[in-house]
Amino acid sequence: MAHVRVAIVSEPLDITSEMERVTAGRGDIGAVVTFTGLCRDEDGRLEALELEHYPGMAEAEVTRIAEQAAGRWDISDVTILHRHGKVKPGEVIVLVVTASKHRHAAFESAAFIMDFLKTHAPFWKKEHTAAGAVNWVSAKRSDDDAEERWKTAD
Amino acid sequence: MKLVYFAWVRERIGTAEETVELPKSVETVGDLLGWLKTRGDGYDAALAEPDAIRVALDHDHADHDARIAGVREVAFFPPMTGG
Repeated sequence: MAHVRVAIVSEPLDITSEMERVTAGRGDIGAVVTFTGLCRDEDGRLEALELEHYPGMAEAEVTRIAEQAAGRWDISDVTILHRHGKVKPGEVIVLVVTASKHRHAAFESAAFIMDFLKTHAPFWKKEHTAAGAVNWVSAKRSDDDAEERWKTAD
Repeated sequence: MKLVYFAWVRERIGTAEETVELPKSVETVGDLLGWLKTRGDGYDAALAEPDAIRVALDHDHADHDARIAGVREVAFFPPMTGG
């Protein structure tokens, strides 16, 4: 069974230390895939995103997603780290690291994890604009479609 | 039973959590949504479109037809937008 590391944190995320944590002292990993999700400002109007989460369930649900991925692909290590609180444009919101002997398992499990995080992990984004407006971000239909593809394809 | 609310559901209802005594007739998540809507304008505004409301029972996602007997904490929230 894969080693699973999940954390919901308010501090900035560091991809380099997470990759080192996965590979340190091991010679049996042939592939590491990392996904980094950033806070994006499309037209210069975003001051920050505020990420609300459901403490307790967020950790539980993200762990369930990691374990589903570990059950479906032959991966030795999966790390999922997610921010909560205020995040500025350019900062990391989510970090996924998967490690395996071969690349396909690492690529596919990382994509699966991100698709399920979008639709199942209890986080909600609120936009704070430079002009002082505050809006909840709406869920995207395309995220539901992205999740749906894992029900038919392997 | 403890009820918790998140994001715009929390804002419209005006509280993050509360403990309620439910009538015996409330057996499912759907029944609970219907009962909550009668508790005031904030609840009605938050839950006006039940299809837009996601539910978790003791930290696990559940459908609106799920039974709530024995559940300690029910959460109501909009579709999730993390990641």
